[in-house]
Amino acid sequence: MKRLTLLALCLLAGPALAATEPPYSFKPDTTNTSSLQRGARDFMNYCSGCHSLKYLRYNRLGKDLEIPDDLLKQHLMFTSEKPGDHILSSMPAASKDPTAPSASETWFGRSPPDLSLTARERGADWVYSYLMTFYLDPTRPTGVNNLVLPGASMPHVLGQLQGYQKLIVDPPGEPAPHGGHKPKFELVQAGSLSPEDYKAAVADLTNFLVYAAEPGRNGRMALGAGVLAFVVLFGIFAYLLKVEYWKDVH
Amino acid sequence: MAIVPNPHKTTGFLGWIDDRFPLTKIWKDHISEYYAPKNFNWWYTYGSLALLVLVNQLLTGIWLTMHYKPDEAAAFDSIEYIMRDVPWGNILRYLHSTGASAFFIVVYLHMFRGLIYGSSRKPRELVWLFGCLIYLVLMAEAFCGYVLPWGNMSYWGAQVIINLFGTVPYIGQTLVETIQGDYTPADATLNRLFALHVVALPIVLLGLVVAHLMALHEVGSNNPDGIEIKKHKDPKTGIPLDGIPFHPYYTVKDIVGVAAFLFVFFIVVFFVPDGGGYFLEKPNFTPANPLSTPDHITPAWYFGAFYAMLRAVPAFFNTQIWGVIVMFGAVLLLFFLPWLDRSPVKSIRYRGPYFKIAVTLFAVSFVVLNWLGMQPTTTLYTLLAQIGTFIYYAFFLAMPWYTSIDSTKPVPDRVTE
Repeated sequence: MKRLTLLALCLLAGPALAATEPPYSFKPDTTNTSSLQRGARDFMNYCSGCHSLKYLRYNRLGKDLEIPDDLLKQHLMFTSEKPGDHILSSMPAASKDPTAPSASETWFGRSPPDLSLTARERGADWVYSYLMTFYLDPTRPTGVNNLVLPGASMPHVLGQLQGYQKLIVDPPGEPAPHGGHKPKFELVQAGSLSPEDYKAAVADLTNFLVYAAEPGRNGRMALGAGVLAFVVLFGIFAYLLKVEYWKDVH
Repeated sequence: MAIVPNPHKTTGFLGWIDDRFPLTKIWKDHISEYYAPKNFNWWYTYGSLALLVLVNQLLTGIWLTMHYKPDEAAAFDSIEYIMRDVPWGNILRYLHSTGASAFFIVVYLHMFRGLIYGSSRKPRELVWLFGCLIYLVLMAEAFCGYVLPWGNMSYWGAQVIINLFGTVPYIGQTLVETIQGDYTPADATLNRLFALHVVALPIVLLGLVVAHLMALHEVGSNNPDGIEIKKHKDPKTGIPLDGIPFHPYYTVKDIVGVAAFLFVFFIVVFFVPDGGGYFLEKPNFTPANPLSTPDHITPAWYFGAFYAMLRAVPAFFNTQIWGVIVMFGAVLLLFFLPWLDRSPVKSIRYRGPYFKIAVTLFAVSFVVLNWLGMQPTTTLYTLLAQIGTFIYYAFFLAMPWYTSIDSTKPVPDRVTE
């Protein structure tokens, strides 16, 4: 029986693991603070109910995204968290015992993963493509399927914004950056955002997740420019010193 | 020969020390009066660069150890704690992770320089052997360090590498369990690899580096011409005519090399610390999960060549051990280089076409093997890996033959500029 449950779990998790190459490419920009702020707003409103960012603290987010504590508490912290807390969700965590799934695993087949490092694990292209490629699929319990994560157990949470689209298999779209073809969709039910605005919202969310995966990203790049400038200067003087000393050898 | 205290007759405070400890003697013997050939080219900076990277690894490693937790349940979280909450923690970690890759790049170039200029040849065999041991310990050290973040690739990489020992007949399984301290890589494994990574292997590594340098300074450095500068000494001073003191000439020259190296190194550290997924692999950004195998398990890039060899050899007689033997044999072959090379000249500058072709083929196949080791296996790639493995082995095993029949050019008496 244990084995059967395990097998059933594997079957549930199986399709979710069979990832395909993302059809869109997206170059994240974590220096665009207003984009990160919009991404944080959308994350807190649409994602954080199920997904945690357990390695990120609210006040770090506030500091990096230039959001003062009062606004942070007002708009991004919904319950009794304190600013120094990590961004957790109320979703029951995955069970450590594969034979006894937790509540969230029973509901969705797998527990909604923590998204702290998703952008580094899968890449910005993947996150962007994932949020762009939900399409109607009546065979799925959620009514939707996803192109880069076939059999995803997540419902189309952003459907209210994007609307719902149908996948057009024939004829195939233009070539995609990672091989294959870009998918073609047809919007069957409009959402509250225009397609352009939805794209921008997904871009903001992707930027935000790239930021969340490495809050020190901007800082190290800024520091790196200074360090390289120093190394160049140091190198010039080191070279002149070498030439001076080596005059008597040559 | 009895030890003469204070042979340089220093006085004052320094004299007080020199009467009791050979401070001035060490400084002069190894730095300011160590005479190195004056014709070193840029290939000769990799030795001091390796030392620089070693110091970088030791210092950043000490500070990382202050925050890292070698615990199955806490290791991954402690890495993210270092990345996010420890002041300068992300820079420390990137310096260390990039340093590991830089170490291998620098060491591979350092070894290749030894290969083309015949630096392993008599009387420098021990310099070469200590160097090979350093390389071997470095591989063990890098493997242990790679496992510590306890990401999913750490876990499965550890699984694959430790299970290589499982191919040993009869005692394989026992050996694997003894090394792991468990039936699968687990808390016990992580703890012991941590002990090896931060205490045992660094001590051995430092000892070997000291031995490597002492052996080198005993016999003197080789040079791009592969000739002995000690043959022509100033009759009065006994200093080689083509030798210059290591300090200040090579210290100032190596500092230029350091600047050039750091420029490239810091570009990676600050702008592309993932190294395109080769220095920090994507599956390692998710915690170790025994139930979820990464799409394809690859070792760190610097083991790529050996991993490709492992996979290139098919299993027969119901065992995979042949691949393991070929892989370890490839490292072992390096130790025999000083005796496999039968050419009357040392440097590639005065060797004939056979050696030049062989060394080019070897270098190309080593790079290709490294790349293949990181790719998923296909029929074509396996075939390429087999060809690469053959070239690697042939380069060493056929060396006594092709180096002894190869033509040579006349070697100059004194070093050329």
